[in-house]
Amino acid sequence: MQRLLRMSLAGLFLLQAGCGIQPWVKPYERDRLADPIMSWDRDAVSGAYLDHIYDSREGSRGATGTAGGGCGCN
Amino acid sequence: MALAVVGVAGAAVLPDDRADIFYSDYKGGGMDITGKSVLVRKKFSEQFAVEANYFVDTVSGASVDVLSNASVIKDERKQKNISLEYIHDKTLYNLAYTNSTERDYISNTTHFSLSQDMFGDLTTVTLGFTDSRNSVGENDGTAVRPLVSWLGHSQSRSFEGGVSQVLTKDLIAGVTVEVITDQGYLANPYRSIRYCADPGTTVPCLGGAVYGAQIYPNTHTSTAVEGRAKYYLPYRAAAAVSYRYYSDTWGVKGNTVELGYTQPVANLWILEGRVRHYSQNHATFYSDLFPSVAYQNFEARDQNLAAQTNTTFGVKATYAFLPDGWKIFKRGTVTGDFSHIHFKYSDFRDTRDYQQPDFTGPAGTEPLYQFSATVYQIYLSMFF
Repeated sequence: MQRLLRMSLAGLFLLQAGCGIQPWVKPYERDRLADPIMSWDRDAVSGAYLDHIYDSREGSRGATGTAGGGCGCN
Repeated sequence: MALAVVGVAGAAVLPDDRADIFYSDYKGGGMDITGKSVLVRKKFSEQFAVEANYFVDTVSGASVDVLSNASVIKDERKQKNISLEYIHDKTLYNLAYTNSTERDYISNTTHFSLSQDMFGDLTTVTLGFTDSRNSVGENDGTAVRPLVSWLGHSQSRSFEGGVSQVLTKDLIAGVTVEVITDQGYLANPYRSIRYCADPGTTVPCLGGAVYGAQIYPNTHTSTAVEGRAKYYLPYRAAAAVSYRYYSDTWGVKGNTVELGYTQPVANLWILEGRVRHYSQNHATFYSDLFPSVAYQNFEARDQNLAAQTNTTFGVKATYAFLPDGWKIFKRGTVTGDFSHIHFKYSDFRDTRDYQQPDFTGPAGTEPLYQFSATVYQIYLSMFF
């Protein structure tokens, strides 16, 4: 119980500390980050299609943000 | 799994309305797959958007391990997806439903995620959950006269968490973790194991080999962690890098590394190049050739579970038109994308007799399998 209390207090402290963080990149400095070339995946259908190709042929899966459905059994 | 993006960036603002038509062609390893897709995305207010996507894959041919023991297949996969997005203050909620139907496979997927911007909008945290129910069948008939027998069901649940962090005014990075757990009928019904025909012999099999039924576990849990970063170069261009580590309860460990470069030209073109390399070891119950039919409790010869590497080289060009808009459209883009993928297996052998008519060695000494695939994509996107 005491351990849970200590962890809760630590969590609250971290949250409180987080609220005090000042953004070190100001909104007017984010024009480069807002450029379309900085997007992770501009075209969802195309990204999901390529992920489906890999998912159907590799043992690995997940954590790519997109995935297609279907078996890929053939 | 849902098509909805659970990206590590992008909360707090809904993307533009858009309509896309998409065509793709995959050729490689004996398969020819063409894909056609329509996507419409519409904001009904600054807070609420709906996205609908319809995708049709047409498959002809069959991969090498299917060809070794079955007939050529012609099939079609239809995938329907609807996704609802709601934004409130700095939180983006996403609810999506996907139905994917093939003659011998039906999948229904529900997905929910939320993304929260925090710490001066420099950090985005994303949490996602996906539930997928699948029915697995086998077509014992022909392409013209299918005879599908339903073999079982499987259920898949995915838990995903991601953090995206603005590090500097030129650099953004993210980490995504996804745990997926499946249970039920998890085998690919078109694969078979291969074992020595003469009992008591060892691999390679001097007396030849025969095919038999696979035995799969009915549970599977995987964990994947991906880290990625994108950097805005001193001139207007971007470089991206990502790495994914994968591990599962079937003994597969995979590593994926990808590098990308994006170069806009004269505000009309965006040119991109990417290189991706993937490697994995084989699953604990995988073997290209077992010494006997009941050699171990689980047995599989699915090429996806074999030790393998593959390397992708891709290029993509996007051309922007209608910069001043037309009718209801604000702008449009047309994109061409080409990828070349070379797959190489280190313990999966090419057993098709007609591919090597001069081969006379014992089973288990056939050449290792490898093949190249090409993927073309072309799509038109109109933003409104």
